[in-house]
Amino acid sequence: MTAYLASLLVFAGINALLALGLNIVWGLGGMINLGLAGFFAVGAYASALLTVRLGWPMAPAALAAILIAALAGAVLAAITARLRGDYLALVTLGFAQVMQLVAANEIWLTGGTDGISGVPGPLRGALTPAAFDLLCVAICWALVGAALLALSRLAASPFGRVLRAIREDEMVAAVAGKHVLAFKLRAFAIGAGISGLAGSVYAHFNGYIAPDTLDVLLTLNVVLALTMGGTGRMAGAVAGALLLELLTEGTRFLGAIVPALAPVQVASLREAVIGLALIVVLRLRPQGLLPEQRRIFSLEASDGERTRPALRGA
Amino acid sequence: MAGAVLAVPAIGFNTVYAVLRFANFAVGSIASVGAFAGLFANTLLGWPVWPSLLIAFLVAGAVGVVCDEAALRPLRAAGPLTVAIGSVALAIVLENALRFAFGNDARGYDVPVYRDWHAIGLHVGPQQVFDALAALFATALLFGFLTFTRVGKMMRAVADDPALAALKGIEARRVAQVASFTGLGLAGFGGMLVGLESQVDPLTGFRVLLSIFAAAVVGGLGSIPGAVAGAFLIGIGEEASLMVLPAAYRGAVGFAAILLVLSFRPAGLLGQRAA
Repeated sequence: MTAYLASLLVFAGINALLALGLNIVWGLGGMINLGLAGFFAVGAYASALLTVRLGWPMAPAALAAILIAALAGAVLAAITARLRGDYLALVTLGFAQVMQLVAANEIWLTGGTDGISGVPGPLRGALTPAAFDLLCVAICWALVGAALLALSRLAASPFGRVLRAIREDEMVAAVAGKHVLAFKLRAFAIGAGISGLAGSVYAHFNGYIAPDTLDVLLTLNVVLALTMGGTGRMAGAVAGALLLELLTEGTRFLGAIVPALAPVQVASLREAVIGLALIVVLRLRPQGLLPEQRRIFSLEASDGERTRPALRGA
Repeated sequence: MAGAVLAVPAIGFNTVYAVLRFANFAVGSIASVGAFAGLFANTLLGWPVWPSLLIAFLVAGAVGVVCDEAALRPLRAAGPLTVAIGSVALAIVLENALRFAFGNDARGYDVPVYRDWHAIGLHVGPQQVFDALAALFATALLFGFLTFTRVGKMMRAVADDPALAALKGIEARRVAQVASFTGLGLAGFGGMLVGLESQVDPLTGFRVLLSIFAAAVVGGLGSIPGAVAGAFLIGIGEEASLMVLPAAYRGAVGFAAILLVLSFRPAGLLGQRAA
């Protein structure tokens, strides 16, 4: 039971990292990134390969995973920087699919569909399984906390302000003298780096990675988490990831309630629930549970109330 | 040949894009719906391939319109990107509905197997010739529909300029429904063609999704002649890639083509709208 709870918390943490990574690109920068699974894959494989094949310790491998994923993000952003919303969605989704193809077919590097097993975990073997699980939960959520803190600071900084300006109106940001491309590139790199970190955590906790975990459903899960939690707000990303975990774990027991269902039917129902939930959330509460707080500067306002906070959406 | 099969769902994607102005990621899953509908008519009812293709078109179109009305139309106010994300979610729902009903097993159509034809040193599979003819037929029908019928002309008017079309009293919602039905019906028709060339399972359409996007983007999003040209280019490119790349990377050709086109001619070969 503790093992189950621990893995639940670790996966929630991984989704929280991914949602944070998406939030800086999409929530702040307004650029859709459906290629999360691709960056996640880059990070997971980089970390696994460096530790398994080259015998690196975990911390530098994770760091390298972040850097490699960030580099991939920057390159993809440089190519796609001029693209508008739906084109960007197409290209990033395509990127994730190509990464999955590479993972499945470059057998010399990735082990193909067999994946890579025996990825070391922090003190795995030295600790009892229960202690190992606890340690993983602690590390994972420490990373989530650190990312949350850093990104919240970043969002409140001038950098975050410029990103939001770009999201609202690229032209205005450019006219204000901001180098739009450089900001987009950095946002994408940071987002991809955090997704890569999530991949690294996954590889080391799970001990095994294979291409079939990297499909579009992973990306959709994170989009759902962020949309539920509230795009643009970092705490929203984390709250959304926890909610997502409740949702996916809640549906795990469908099979027990309706015994006539075959396992494949239960699995398909669980995936369908994710899709349905996203459609419902987009329709009923697109701003999420914790909406971004916007300050509206009004010209007509009297001196007494120069600025007044207002909530977006609704 | 492969290009001809891709052309049909690519045209469907671009038809939806031209009128409703969003990238419908559900075309892949709708194509799978069409493939299964055709399978039902072909293997369970014992119908020949042509009427089964018609069933694929009708069922996919109907499912497409219902899903669009129920799930995506309410999102339109929030902008095209929200609708596109909703369509990714819809794709997952449809794919899993198929999986729930039919499982993951690969199935095949009841079609006679012919020997390859040999001509001037080339091998030609009769099935592929049939698929190409069917694709040509569907394309010709769509062109006829858009050029000669009143509803077709309305669709083009809305695609051109929605505000002007509305001023002329064209009912945008009805035109959108017709466009969804036609576009997603064609996706289903194309899905059955893809199934005829490979196999039918819940991922039949998803596997060619990247190629469909590539065909649509290379030709120009929203352009129907563009989708045909793009599909042939991608189809030929994918076949040619077999000479230098392992077969598994066919799908990557589309991605490379998308990047290339967007870097140099973002509007696509025959598209007017800039990226």
